Amino acid sequence: MFIPCDRGGGSAAPDFKGFTLLMPAVSVGNVGQLAIDLVISTLDMTKVGYFYTDCLVPMVGNNPYATAEENSTELSINAEVYSLPSKKLVVLQIRSPFIKNKYRPFCETLLSWVKSSKCGRVVLLSSSHAYQRDDEQLLGTPLRYLLTPDLEKAVGGRMKELNWKEMERVAAYPGISDTDKVLHIPGGGITKLLFNESCSEGIQMAVLLKFCSEGDNIPDAFVLVNYLNEWLQLIKSEVSNDPSSQWKIPSSWRLLFGNGLPPALF
Amino acid sequence: MATFFGEVVVAPSRAGLDEEEEAREETPEDREIRKEIEKKREIDVLWTWRSGGCAEEPLVCSRFIVAIGRNAAAFLSSFILDSVCWEVVGVVKLWNEWCRTSSTTNVLPTDSFCLFYRLISDPTVLLCQCSCYVAEDQQFQWLEKVFGSMQKKGLQVTILSTCPVADYKTQESTLTLVSPFLRALKTKEFQEQVCCPLLEQPNIVRDLPAA
Repeated sequence: MFIPCDRGGGSAAPDFKGFTLLMPAVSVGNVGQLAIDLVISTLDMTKVGYFYTDCLVPMVGNNPYATAEENSTELSINAEVYSLPSKKLVVLQIRSPFIKNKYRPFCETLLSWVKSSKCGRVVLLSSSHAYQRDDEQLLGTPLRYLLTPDLEKAVGGRMKELNWKEMERVAAYPGISDTDKVLHIPGGGITKLLFNESCSEGIQMAVLLKFCSEGDNIPDAFVLVNYLNEWLQLIKSEVSNDPSSQWKIPSSWRLLFGNGLPPALF
Repeated sequence: MATFFGEVVVAPSRAGLDEEEEAREETPEDREIRKEIEKKREIDVLWTWRSGGCAEEPLVCSRFIVAIGRNAAAFLSSFILDSVCWEVVGVVKLWNEWCRTSSTTNVLPTDSFCLFYRLISDPTVLLCQCSCYVAEDQQFQWLEKVFGSMQKKGLQVTILSTCPVADYKTQESTLTLVSPFLRALKTKEFQEQVCCPLLEQPNIVRDLPAA
C-alpha cells in the first residue's frame, strides 16, 4: 500500500517507528482534510511517499503547497504521506472521496500498515453533522475527542487537564431508555469504523472532531487545528487575538468558491 | 435539516459520504448480491494478438498514447488513425450504468468503445481510444489490466483528455478566456519539452486520466 518516494542515492524506506500518524477522515465539510493541509503547509513537511490504493477516487494535480515557480510542478495525488522526523510526526493526506464499499478494505489495509511500520499512535481529525446534535451538545464547545483504551491509559489524564469534552455515546434506539449506548458519528466517514477497529486491534488512536455543517469550512479547520495544537504543541501557540495567524494557508486554497466574475455582468 | 418549506431533507455532503450503506453489517445475501454486481462490473481486456493457451508475455511498448473521452477519441480518429498505418490489437469489454462496450472492433464513432491500435511500422507504439465512461470502481481495474499486459521499462505514456472550461479555476472569469486551450501535467521523469503551460493550482484532474 505505502510506496516510498524515490529520493535518489538509494535511500532506504523511511522509518516511522514510534511516530505519531496524523490523518484526516473524509467527513462533513472536509474539515479534517483542510486542517491537515494547514499542518503540512505550516510545518513545511516533506513528502515521503504515497498510498497506492483502489479505495479512493483517482485525482492528480500540481503541488498544492507550492510557494514559488520552482516547487510548483511536483505532481500530487489522492493519498500522500509527509513526514517531519524532528517532531516524530508522519502525516497522511487524503484528497478524494471513498469509492462505494471500500471503507472497510481501506481501514483494514491502513491499520495493518500502521502496525507494520510500528507507528506509536494515530490521531484522526474528523467532523460530524452539526444538525444532528442533541439539546446538550448544542451548548458549549463543538469540539470532541475519543481515545482507544490503549491510548486512554497514556494520555487520558492530559485530556482532563486540558478540560476537553469526550464524545458522548447515544442510545442505540432513541426514545427507549434502557438500551445500550453506542458511538454515533453522522457525517464522519470512516471515523467510527476506524475507531472501532483500532479498539479491537489494540492500536493507540485518538479522534479529534468538530461539529459543523457544509459551507465555508476554513474557520472550522482553524478551530480544529488549534484544538489539535493544544495537545500536540506542533507550533508555538502565541497569545494573540487571531489564533489563525500562525498557520500558513496553502496556495491551493485559492478560488475555493469559484472564479472571478465576468465584467459583463455589471 | 429543515428547509424553508418545512420538510426535512438529508443534506448532501461535499465529502461524498455514503454512510447508511457502509454502517450496516453485510448479511450473506448482501455479500452474494455485492459479489454478483462486482462480477458484472469486471473489465475484460482482450488482446487480438494473443491466442488463448499460449504464454502471456507482456507486450513490448515504447510509447503509449491514451485518448480518454469522446473529444480526445475523435481527435485521434480525425488526425492520427487510419487503416493503412494502424491495426487494431485489443479491446476492453465493460459494463456500467452509463455505458456498455462489446468485444467487437468494428465500431461507429457514436458507439461507446475502448480500442487499442498498434503502429504497423513500429509495433512498440500503442494507441488507445477510450470513448466509454469507465466508472470509479472500474478505473483501478482498467489501469491494472491494461498496464499489467505491458512491459513498462522505458515506456513513455501520453494521456489526452478534455474538461469543460466551466470547471477551470482562474482569477478572471472563464467568459473572457480564449478557449479551447491546452494545459499539461507531467511526472518529473518526463524530461522533454511540454508544448503548453502546466496546469495551475487549484485545478485538478480526476477519474481515468488521473488514474
